[in-house]
Amino acid sequence: MQYKSQAVAKPYFIAAIGLFVGQILFGLIMGLQYVVGDFLFPEIPFNIARMVHTNLLIVWLLFGFMGAAYYMIPEEAETELFSPKLALTLFWIFLVAGALTIVGYLALPYATLAKLTGNDILETMGREFLEQPLITKVGIVIVALGFLFNITMTMLKGRKTSISMVLLVGLWGLAIFFLFSFYNPHNLVKDKFYWWWVVHLWVEGVWELILGALLAFVLIKVTGVDREVIEKWLYVIITLALVTGLIGTGHHYYWIGTPEYWQWWGSIFSALEPLPFFAMTVFAFNMVNRRRREHPNKAAVLWALGTGVMAFLGAGVWGFLHTLAPVNYYTHGSQITAAHGHMAFYGAYVMVVLTIISYAMPILRGRAANPEKAQVLEMWSFWLMTIAMVFITLFLTAAGILQVWLQRVSDTPMSFMATQDQISLFFWMREWAGVVFLIGLIVYLVSFFVKGDTRSASAS
Amino acid sequence: MSGIFTKAMARNIFYGGTVFFFLLLVALTFDTNKTLPKRDNSANLTPAVIAGKKIWETRNCIGCHTLLGEGAYYAPELGNVYKRRGPEFIKAWIQSQPTGAPGRRQMPQFHLTDEELDNLVAFLKYSSEINTANWPPNIEG
Ligand code: HEM
Ligand code: HEM
Ligand SMILES: [Fe+2]
Repeated sequence: MQYKSQAVAKPYFIAAIGLFVGQILFGLIMGLQYVVGDFLFPEIPFNIARMVHTNLLIVWLLFGFMGAAYYMIPEEAETELFSPKLALTLFWIFLVAGALTIVGYLALPYATLAKLTGNDILETMGREFLEQPLITKVGIVIVALGFLFNITMTMLKGRKTSISMVLLVGLWGLAIFFLFSFYNPHNLVKDKFYWWWVVHLWVEGVWELILGALLAFVLIKVTGVDREVIEKWLYVIITLALVTGLIGTGHHYYWIGTPEYWQWWGSIFSALEPLPFFAMTVFAFNMVNRRRREHPNKAAVLWALGTGVMAFLGAGVWGFLHTLAPVNYYTHGSQITAAHGHMAFYGAYVMVVLTIISYAMPILRGRAANPEKAQVLEMWSFWLMTIAMVFITLFLTAAGILQVWLQRVSDTPMSFMATQDQISLFFWMREWAGVVFLIGLIVYLVSFFVKGDTRSASAS
Repeated sequence: MSGIFTKAMARNIFYGGTVFFFLLLVALTFDTNKTLPKRDNSANLTPAVIAGKKIWETRNCIGCHTLLGEGAYYAPELGNVYKRRGPEFIKAWIQSQPTGAPGRRQMPQFHLTDEELDNLVAFLKYSSEINTANWPPNIEG
């Protein structure tokens, strides 16, 4: 570790991993409820489990992004963090607020939670992914502002690299677009229209800047390739991302009451959205092939390459699959959507956070890389989780194709529930793949506790 | 990517491209908002519909169902349920939950009053009259 204050990243990473475990457990609960409908009912109805699953995902990724920024920015700026104390205070606020929110979901009827937490003052709850109580949303904004202040001040007093600029623009964008979660018009069409300004403009907009910056940082460190080259790539990637992704928002405006010209704008621009993801894959492999050093942390290199490939598959290929309006007419809101959502979130954002954790965590623990045995286990967990996710995606895609066929294309369409019965085999297989994913995650956790010979931290 | 294409050029294209396409998105948004009343059924946003939307949200219906194809995929599409089932069926259905049928997916009991049920139905009727460019492909959603 070059700067003492980088150490604040550690609790963020630990919290991220802890919440990741919770996310997966609730995923498995839901996966079982898909086929054993009354499992844990009425204690944990499906909609509650889903909120916990998706909100934990978002919150742990945010922990990961913040930890990444606290680790990277001092090193990029070549100066200590502006205020490590603020970073730690915000950590505890965010963790406690997050935990209380989850407890609230599980312990109270949602309507009661809404009443107790000020939803009557400003109605923001009950929309997918944005289910958090008003006070939690306000808390997120406060934590984000404190975090951005800290990071921005650090950067202002030090070296300003392209990587830190891109990261900062991405993180400010994340906070700014979250503000649309406070806008919930009575008009359902407008509600949906601006809901996507949070959801789409996050994952297919500003988050891609964060993704690119994290990947570029780790690639510089593990390959030793010239910064100028890597940063030029980074700008090309994020240009492609925003030029396609901003208007690409239109792929969500086909069937929600918005004008039909969006079918053209959305189809054309979002069809180009795979480009930045493809560029990212080429970038990662290219840099590793041109490496000037053999970094002892093999696992981190594997995660970085894996991010490139899986982000392209999940976001690029599976996104393209259903993004053209004539196709989306049949697949909209089906298991195909769920298949894509899983592989895209995993391949892009889960994997990039695990990449930076894999690179930074050993250094935060005082060594350049983990002992051989720990790395082997970590790489096993990489393959188990990644292959499990590929199978989850394939099973959901198969379920989705059948669903579309039976329920939407057929001359004698089946009802939704009858269709679900027909395709339950694939839901069973998804659940088993999910169990493999959990095993992979357990192996991942274990890898942190494996001891062995380590080289001391001469890490750069 | 070497030689004459420098990092500074890449950076400028990024900022220029981002500003241009963001402004284009804003312009399209502006136009959308202007033409929306022709399609969005906002003329029928009565107090009952507005109250119904709040019930929809505070019971987290979207956590199991889709509405105009967005939401969860565990239970049927409800954007067109008013047309599929009609008001009386919808109210009776909600009141009779959960079915308790073993192994079947269960919907919670929300203890809604008659007035709340009417508001919710008004919201679902309003939703079903939004012009969605003929989506879903058929009545099953
Ligand atoms: C890492 C980037 C991405 C992530 C994390 C992601 C994630 C998601 C998620 C979670 C949804 C479901 C939203 C909901 O619940 O309604 C979704 C929908 C969608 N995504 Fe992506 N996505 C990414 C990139 C892309 C790309 C690049 C494309 C196009 C090439 C794309 C095309 C779509 C489409 C068309 C839908 C709507 C599906 C429907 O109509 O039901 N996505 N995405
Ligand atoms: C053990 C593994 C997992 C299982 C069994 C599982 C199961 C599920 C289920 C049943 C749903 C609800 C689908 C519906 O609405 O009907 C869901 C939603 C979701 N899960 Fe998972 N999940 C798992 C892992 C993950 C992972 C690792 C991620 C992130 C990378 C993830 C991200 C999501 C997202 C983004 C949604 C919302 C999807 C959408 O709206 O289209 N899940 N998951
Ligand atoms: Fe999108």
